Amino acid sequence: MNTDIVKPENLVYSRTKVLTDATMHYCPGCGHGTTHRIVAEVIEELGIQDQTVGIAPVGCSVLAYNYFDVDFQEAAHGRAPALATAVKRLNPNLFVFTYQGDGDLAAIGTAETIHAANRGENITMVFVNNGIYGMTGGQMAPTTLVGMKSATTPYGRNVELNGYPLRLTEILATLPGTYFVTRQSVHTPAAVRKAKKAIKQAFENQKLKKGLSFVEIVSNCNSGWKMTPVQANKWMEENMFPNYPIGDIKVEGKLVEGIGLDRLVVSSPLTVK
Amino acid sequence: MAKELKLMKGNEAIAQAMIASGCDGYFGYPITPQSEVMETLMAEKPWETTGMVVLQAESEVASINMVYGGAATGKKVATTSSSPGISLMQEGLTYLAGAEIPCLIINVMRGGPGLGTIQPSQSDYFQSTKGGGHGDYQLFTLAPASVQEMYDFVFEAWDIAYKYRNPVLILSDGAIGQCMEKLYTRDYVPRWTEEERRANAPWGTWGKPASRGHNIITSLELDSAKQEVFNHKLQAKYRVMEENECRYEEIMCDDAEYIFVAYGSSSRISMKAVQMAREKGIKAGLFRPITLYPFPKKALAERAKQVKGILTVEMSAGQMVEDVRLATECNVKVEHFGRFGGIIPTPTEVLEALENQIIKG
Amino acid sequence: MAVKGEIVIDRERCKGCAVCLGACPNAVIALSKNVNSKGYNYAEAVKDECIGCASCAIVCPDGVISVYRAKL
Repeated sequence: MNTDIVKPENLVYSRTKVLTDATMHYCPGCGHGTTHRIVAEVIEELGIQDQTVGIAPVGCSVLAYNYFDVDFQEAAHGRAPALATAVKRLNPNLFVFTYQGDGDLAAIGTAETIHAANRGENITMVFVNNGIYGMTGGQMAPTTLVGMKSATTPYGRNVELNGYPLRLTEILATLPGTYFVTRQSVHTPAAVRKAKKAIKQAFENQKLKKGLSFVEIVSNCNSGWKMTPVQANKWMEENMFPNYPIGDIKVEGKLVEGIGLDRLVVSSPLTVK
Repeated sequence: MAKELKLMKGNEAIAQAMIASGCDGYFGYPITPQSEVMETLMAEKPWETTGMVVLQAESEVASINMVYGGAATGKKVATTSSSPGISLMQEGLTYLAGAEIPCLIINVMRGGPGLGTIQPSQSDYFQSTKGGGHGDYQLFTLAPASVQEMYDFVFEAWDIAYKYRNPVLILSDGAIGQCMEKLYTRDYVPRWTEEERRANAPWGTWGKPASRGHNIITSLELDSAKQEVFNHKLQAKYRVMEENECRYEEIMCDDAEYIFVAYGSSSRISMKAVQMAREKGIKAGLFRPITLYPFPKKALAERAKQVKGILTVEMSAGQMVEDVRLATECNVKVEHFGRFGGIIPTPTEVLEALENQIIKG
Repeated sequence: MAVKGEIVIDRERCKGCAVCLGACPNAVIALSKNVNSKGYNYAEAVKDECIGCASCAIVCPDGVISVYRAKL
């Protein structure tokens, strides 16, 4: 170690204090860890640690409350937006966010998600979409691509048997209650920077009281996809991104220019390459 | 508002009591026969007076989870529903009990099973007093028998809920919810200030100051050994409730040879049957459990020593009768009389049942 | 005067996912042949060409990398 460089005054990056010291239980390379970290960094940078309440889901990030050094509630599966609704309505000065996976948010919690968005709740929702149920052992999620293998689609997702993958983020963007809707990823330094900027915006928007801010993070599931982390990130770029395009969908209550019906309405199944 | 005499429906009384007792938030979903609760709240607009939040949710599943979220911040939060809606809330109720969140739930019962009827019933006793959702837990269950009690129990529920960090259920029925009676209102209790909230709910998720660690509201514990310890803690809490909080009313029991055991609407009908029995020379009395959980076992067992027989009267196929038999340990004859599916028994039927099933039988 | 960087990796927390390896513009990081107490081949700096850009730390899912930068 070069002690001329490693001095407190030269520190340019270190783990945020809004994360606890607990070692996260996530698999190596999992995007949940990165997403947790940037949410925590945003809370630190906005100076709102003492005014933030998080809502954890059921799924891989069920223990998120152990990792954020902010007050946290653990919801029943899919119900985080209902909890967040009440927390915010009863405590309008708090910054309230949900942190949910695809099964929690887009399957069992679809009703709570859509209605919280449609009521225009002034909360932030962080949605980690890795196309699979990680915690329970890699079963099909609402976002599993057609042809994608999972524990319950061992021959690949089949539309006749399993129906179509769901792009809930685009659906939410069509609702008048959403103010900011974006899809990001956290697998490269540049992507992480953009995702963090989006999350920061999503938190700052709560002060405006103009509706719900929604950040989807397209992520990996190395264990569920049965790949190394580096392979999984490559597979994600090749297969997930064409179906779940990265970028802002709705900003300041308006659909981003160029986002038209052809983007909002899925006309052909989301399929693996 | 000072003490005033008013005439109102049981469901309206619930709404007025919530506003007057310093409730911070109500989250509900319409269902017959309790829809007047939210209708009254929306008409009263308490957010303009006391600051109480009222929101119509997208389902009972959402409303009970809104109760979870709001109450977990140390605010006084309530919901109401009727039987099918309460069934939908069972998931939320077990999470509330497991996370030890004080809150208030009111069930204005209707006939089941399934969609059943929209008429009064008392067939949710098992669901209310034996858990209802998964896991070993108890809701503190109060059974009002009048519009006045509908009103008063809301005030009392907050104290119990916070004393034990436990959800409180007021188990009412469509008859009490829909009937109009006179009611003495109480003085307004202001909503808690921020300081009071923090003092009363030091465990609450209201934003972590630098002076404490983060508060976590959860019912999850992956370590079975710790979860067993937690379950023991819950059970110990329930034993304290059973020891200290049993409530009941005895009417004309001192010289009674036969008693009815009935709660809620059935106790009102049974009271009339007691009067009719006395006119016929039958020494009848009424034992009315007010808390269904904790069930007033000891008091009932004591009373049972002097009587020749007990008839439980319920608008169900016979649910509380099991607790009556357990309490009296089969030392005295206990039979059940009930009408159900939305039918309310008449006092004449109840008296006939006493004569046929207990006195002659 | 050159800008020099240095990374400090919390070996015990590192899970050896290798995502940081590809993020480094100068291929400074490699996985060690040694393992930590959990059995992971942790990441380590193997070259003296760190510029302190923090790209590795930014993509690290477990937040195990601290980055220092100085003009020497």
